[in-house]
Amino acid sequence: MRETAAQFERPVLLFSGGKDSAVLLRLAEKAFRPGKFPFPVMHIDTGHNFPEALEFRDRRMAELGEQLIVASVQESIDKGRAFEEPGVAASRNRLQTVTLLDAIKEHGFDAAIGGARRDEEKARAKERIFSFRDEFGQWDPKNQRPELWNLYNGSIRKGEHVRVFPLSNWTELDVWAYVAQEDLELPSIYYAHRRMVFERSGMLMSTSPFLPLQPGEIPFEAEVRYRTVGDMTCTAAVRSAASTVEEVLAEVAAFRIGERGATRVDDKFSDAAMEDRKKEGYF
Amino acid sequence: MAVALDTPVLPPTVHQDTVDLLRFSTAGSVDDGKSTLIGRLLYETKSIFEDQLAAVERASRQQGADYLNLALLTDGLRAEREQGITIDVAYRYFATPKRKFIIADTPGHVQYTRNMVTGASTSELALILVDVRNGVVEQTRRHALLSSLLGVPRLVVALNKMDLVGWSRDAFEQVRGDFERFAAGLNTHEITYIPLSALNGDNVVEPSANMPWYDGPTLLRYLEDVPAGARESTTGFRFPVQWVVRPLSHSHHDYRGYAGQVAEGTVQEGDEVLVLPARVTTRVTNIDTFDGPLDSAHAPLSVTIRVADHLDVSRGDMLCSPDQPPQSSQQLEAVLTWLSPDQLRLNAPYNLQHTTRRARAVVSELSRLDINSLDADAGVNTLRLNEIGRVSLRVTQPLFFDSYRASRATGSFILIDPATNNTVAAGIIQ
Repeated sequence: MRETAAQFERPVLLFSGGKDSAVLLRLAEKAFRPGKFPFPVMHIDTGHNFPEALEFRDRRMAELGEQLIVASVQESIDKGRAFEEPGVAASRNRLQTVTLLDAIKEHGFDAAIGGARRDEEKARAKERIFSFRDEFGQWDPKNQRPELWNLYNGSIRKGEHVRVFPLSNWTELDVWAYVAQEDLELPSIYYAHRRMVFERSGMLMSTSPFLPLQPGEIPFEAEVRYRTVGDMTCTAAVRSAASTVEEVLAEVAAFRIGERGATRVDDKFSDAAMEDRKKEGYF
Repeated sequence: MAVALDTPVLPPTVHQDTVDLLRFSTAGSVDDGKSTLIGRLLYETKSIFEDQLAAVERASRQQGADYLNLALLTDGLRAEREQGITIDVAYRYFATPKRKFIIADTPGHVQYTRNMVTGASTSELALILVDVRNGVVEQTRRHALLSSLLGVPRLVVALNKMDLVGWSRDAFEQVRGDFERFAAGLNTHEITYIPLSALNGDNVVEPSANMPWYDGPTLLRYLEDVPAGARESTTGFRFPVQWVVRPLSHSHHDYRGYAGQVAEGTVQEGDEVLVLPARVTTRVTNIDTFDGPLDSAHAPLSVTIRVADHLDVSRGDMLCSPDQPPQSSQQLEAVLTWLSPDQLRLNAPYNLQHTTRRARAVVSELSRLDINSLDADAGVNTLRLNEIGRVSLRVTQPLFFDSYRASRATGSFILIDPATNNTVAAGIIQ
């Protein structure tokens, strides 16, 4: 993070409301306190957020006293920059890319720090820690800069930017171990709670105004928690009774299904779904 | 507890008392079965999730394979699956009750060899795969040489596909003999040879019933037992300043701290330190972290140091032990690995990045190393992609460095082409 702050003119820290973002904020405190963060924090708001995640965002940012920028997918749609996907599987997850790239351009950001981890997905496993993006925000996986020792090359031309992934080498278990060690607060939906859900493609989706029920889908109440927190339309819950960080740690250690496989509808389209979205400029 | 903050951040270990971390790189030629071996390690240590396994089963059937194609676990990019090769470094994570592992899986295909250097630069061990039917080939030698150059202290030579030579001890011994003759010239502390079959799992996790003549450890047992972790520092204290913390707030009006990662050695509160390039000595008054002050800090902790005197210290400067200072020079002797399709231009300016310091540099003299004989060829005036050379560099401002053998952190640098901004070379200071 210090390397990013030192090598770039105008970095930004991307905040999703999820556990990886919470870890990033703590790492930024460790890197820069007692100084201020040398960058603002930006949330790409899909308009389909879990209320708990928004509430967490606002409370945490108030505690930190740092600057928050909210870039709205709804605005991108209203401006005609992005278009709602049709059909049952519609989600604003992919539209975030447009909003993100527009916001990077508008604010002149030259580096964006994100919480993506290599253990999440095969395409992410090949990501650099300083990952170059061309002026269209695109990632070229076959032509990445070699990254040696702990020397990070942040040289870019105007209009280009770099995505920085400090948590690259962390696993889901590492994140939870760090949450426990640092006693980090997370949105409450990471812990077991009762919620009205329905089953779609084998996954438990929360009932919400953004997800109209299809014929045959019957809502029921279940004890669940979330392993990832993203857009409500594409993030599924898992059945769980783990209500403390220790219980979650034990549960994660025993998981036999990957975090995105269990909870992300958008990665199920094809084996290369993530790679394709990343090339376009997704996180 | 202070946490190393420099990217990449070290993941916290779950059970601090029982689990440590080994970082290793894997390398092999096309079709040596490297991805299959890694898939096997992940599979046997139950580090593969069921959804990933199901996807592999589906894809194996689609490709018409009559066995589980474990290579599909690691070849994440579309082009890789289409061509059946690994293109880019992939980082994989697995753990056993004894240890956590980070694998940098690097491609064997010759045009992507630069990625192998990337993977090896942070590794403590290199796992080199050899197809026992083909023996030691140019790629094997190149990978072994690169690992040795990059200061990887241990090599494991895995002789794969033993099933295809009838589990023959003679075949194993012959390849081992060939490799030993080549490796006599390498600067590697320890080389271990393990015969195995990644496809069937022999000697990967469980000892092989097919090779009773082999009494060494299985691959996983070896990886679990080999020493890992930070080695003793042989240089003095080295602290490249990464960032100056100046809050400029009412509560911390006069605060001025130098933030960075301890590259080598240890510093204690009250120690005298030499500031470079200013060449003045001052005293450490505070070692700060977000979690409170420390009495001392050692590599690789990230801390913020405050000193007694009001000095002009900025990013790229170094705090170090006054009695054991690093070398300071504008002239470097180094070994370069060329990583770019654009060949080296002699006497042309490149940006040199060393610790947190940037300078302009030109390559003034050059000889190329033959990767088979390790002989130097002085009759050249350039280096091309994947070539290795011994060079002299002139730098526009002094660097504060140690030999790479003494310190990976202060003995390494990269060259960046100012025209393309690409990282074009990895440098190791002699």
